[in-house]
Amino acid sequence: MPFIPNTGADREAMLAAVGARSVEELFSDIPADKRFPKLGLPEGLSELEALREIEAMASKNEVASKSAWFLGAGAYNHFIPAAVPALASRGEFLSAYTPYQPEVSQGTLQAIFEYQSMAAELFGVDTVNASHYDGATALAEAVIMALNHGGSGRPRIMLPAALHPEYKDVARTYLAAFPVEIEEYAGEPAAAGADARTACVVAAYPDFEGRVRDLSAAAEAAHAAGALFIVSADPIMLGLLKSPGSMGADIVTAEGQSLGNAMNYGGPFLGMMGATQKFVRKMPGRIVGQAADHDGRRGFVLTLSAREQHIRREKAVSNICSNQGLAMLQATVYLEALGKGGLKAVAELCWNKAHYAAGLVAKIPGFAVADGEFFKEFVVKTPVPAASIVEKLERRGVMPGLALSRYYPDRTHELLVCVTEMNTREQIELLARSLEEASV
Amino acid sequence: MNLKPEPLAFELSSPGRVGVALPKSDVPAAPMPKALLRDELKLPELDELTVVRHFTRLSQKNYSIDTEFYPLGSCTMKYNPKANEAAAALPGWKGSHPLASDRCNQGSIELIWKLQESLKSIGGFEAVSLQPAAGAHGELAGVFMIRAYHLSRGDARRVKMLIPDSAHGTNPASCTMAGLTTVTIPSDADGGVDMAALKAACDDTVAGIMITNPSTLGLFERNIEAIARIVHEAGGLVYGDGANMNALTGVLRPADVGIDVMHFNLHKTFSTPHGGGGPGVGMVGAGKALAAFLPGPIAARKGEAYAMEVPARTIGRMKAFYGNFGVLVRAYTYIRMLGAEGLRRVAESAVLNANYLKARLEKAYPVKYPRRCMHEFVAMGNFADGVHTLDIAKRMIDYGFHPPTIYFPLIVPEALMIEPTETESKETLDGFVEVMLKIAEEARTSPELLREAPHATPVGRLDEVAAARCPVLCYRG
Repeated sequence: MPFIPNTGADREAMLAAVGARSVEELFSDIPADKRFPKLGLPEGLSELEALREIEAMASKNEVASKSAWFLGAGAYNHFIPAAVPALASRGEFLSAYTPYQPEVSQGTLQAIFEYQSMAAELFGVDTVNASHYDGATALAEAVIMALNHGGSGRPRIMLPAALHPEYKDVARTYLAAFPVEIEEYAGEPAAAGADARTACVVAAYPDFEGRVRDLSAAAEAAHAAGALFIVSADPIMLGLLKSPGSMGADIVTAEGQSLGNAMNYGGPFLGMMGATQKFVRKMPGRIVGQAADHDGRRGFVLTLSAREQHIRREKAVSNICSNQGLAMLQATVYLEALGKGGLKAVAELCWNKAHYAAGLVAKIPGFAVADGEFFKEFVVKTPVPAASIVEKLERRGVMPGLALSRYYPDRTHELLVCVTEMNTREQIELLARSLEEASV
Repeated sequence: MNLKPEPLAFELSSPGRVGVALPKSDVPAAPMPKALLRDELKLPELDELTVVRHFTRLSQKNYSIDTEFYPLGSCTMKYNPKANEAAAALPGWKGSHPLASDRCNQGSIELIWKLQESLKSIGGFEAVSLQPAAGAHGELAGVFMIRAYHLSRGDARRVKMLIPDSAHGTNPASCTMAGLTTVTIPSDADGGVDMAALKAACDDTVAGIMITNPSTLGLFERNIEAIARIVHEAGGLVYGDGANMNALTGVLRPADVGIDVMHFNLHKTFSTPHGGGGPGVGMVGAGKALAAFLPGPIAARKGEAYAMEVPARTIGRMKAFYGNFGVLVRAYTYIRMLGAEGLRRVAESAVLNANYLKARLEKAYPVKYPRRCMHEFVAMGNFADGVHTLDIAKRMIDYGFHPPTIYFPLIVPEALMIEPTETESKETLDGFVEVMLKIAEEARTSPELLREAPHATPVGRLDEVAAARCPVLCYRG
């Protein structure tokens, strides 16, 4: 077998060294009547046959590159430079474990340190950890941080009504056993209504419907009530717009998939979390710090591990262990390849193309685009049910967006459209024409 | 190994350099809200070749499975077949969107369904969910399910989770996140669960037990069926931590010995790469009592088509969308290549390799529980004066081996937890034994060689205490 090198002769020699007559004998501790069951799996295939079968499955999907793609809503179609997968897939990165032995893990550790540095700059915070499972779980853990910080006298959590519905679901799952009150506020986060019982106010930047607003007043209002202010952000947008930290956020989370990771049916994605200095020792997740060896050489180590499960067990701030290291590495290569100018340029392309699209769609009879500032995504009011538009167009090579009825059954005539640097002017104009055709 | 210091990307930066050319805008510029624009963005500015050399050199500062033997106990650092990577890189997966209709994602859902079916067979489960992103995430889901099950029966008193003292730290940490109290059960003289302590802890406040089998000592828990019976009789449920499933594929279906809910680490047993920390998949499998509580959605087959569906009494979503799909493709590829026979061979070879290493090393490195081991064993590194396990581990690096897991499990002093996996040849194991015996000799004759190790790495031992006291967590140009 290609992945099991030892031959019959090797096994015989090894069994002799062990003092066993057969391999089966090594399993004598296992209840005899349950040992070696028939699994009923299909017979193993050669690499050629397995890949042929899997390729046939993969080709059944409709993919963004074959369509004019305007669906985002938490998973985004962005350009991935060739250097990103080429470098991140090197075996030395791919097949290494968590860097517990720093002397032979400096590659991974330095990459994490560079990621932490760049993400902290984007977020406008002091520290970023080495990743969470995705944007939704990063936010849920940020809320738990705020609850731990606030203590039992602050059980209220204020979530924006326009937070990604799956993020809300994840927060509810994570908080199921906590005695908390999860409340939703509509509209301005500054008017969320934080009080002396509030642990945190969460704002989305942009929100699920693409709206962007200055959050400085919201941070002030939360802080005035003694609550923490948490922002769930789009990291591409932060190449262009003010950082949440500069507006007063205590904790910033994000879905980092856009930074060099494919949509890939929803994973692996990249949960990002950062915080101001005050909360560093309360943060979950792995954190890398700079260190020196006895000769004064600079190196990097996992640090502040007294927060973590392998040291603190039931008193740890979180149970997280494995994270999304490789997705983080892709983001690190992406950010360094694009650099300060490149990230801003991607954000500007998204801004301009989305606004061009919104302008065209707004002119179609029967359609309307929501008011206010937006980034990359906007809600379109449709004259016929949005779900029927999606169903018609997805068969014609245009994925027009997300029918909001998927999450809000009564919002039948609203479509969430996403435009990125991947969409050409021709595609945007095709979208506008297609929406008009599909609505008659 | 690349020993030359590698500057930080920020230190390589030069104003005006560009690593990626982007298309010119083909639409008119739209006005931007001046007050919301950021003033500066301090990211590095690098050309593409500099980026490529930077990360290539960084990669050369890692030990990895592709370059070295990596016997890290409890982590199952087996070879990750390249076919897994080829399968996961197919454009049909990369460009598929989780919120497009099921009709658009038939290939992805079919793969998830087929992987679910395979893992159900391997574990003997009624149903599985592939949504959790890591072992600890699967544990948390499983503990949520146990809690939800008791509450659904109107039984709110069950707040205690029993956890053996050899368990991973994630077990008690997951219980805390699920609002349960951890009760530690000691190990007996044989390394198994102390049955008297277990019985004494079982009352009507027990939610369940979390059991890792084989345990982190590398030993099969021989009383597993009795443990399950005692906990079930007390009204509790049995959680199986599948971190060590590599010893059991095709050998034992955990559900057959009374496990109600369990996670498998697909990034261990099913050969998906660890990626320097992740991503993983913490599949949760459940028997009849708990299947309806699984997190989701999960895949279902409807005639010739496939759909994502939410289990009837689900605990909810553990993350957005459907899990670390790219990891699922890799695990499926692996299972498809091995089949049932191959999976049994995996467990057999992993267990034989571990017993072989143990047999050849246990005279030099005492083993606290000298029973026959499963896929790994725990030796001790305190046999020479003034030399610790840490020193032995660091000396192994000088000889080109990644150290084993050290100082875990906590119940073994100076622990060295060694897991060779099935993908290593007898020659590699023999080479490792030779080095380990040499190090044991050095520990007695020239202990300073160990205490000063490693010698040939980009950096020597780093001052972790100072790093934690005054943390520098970001570049401060």
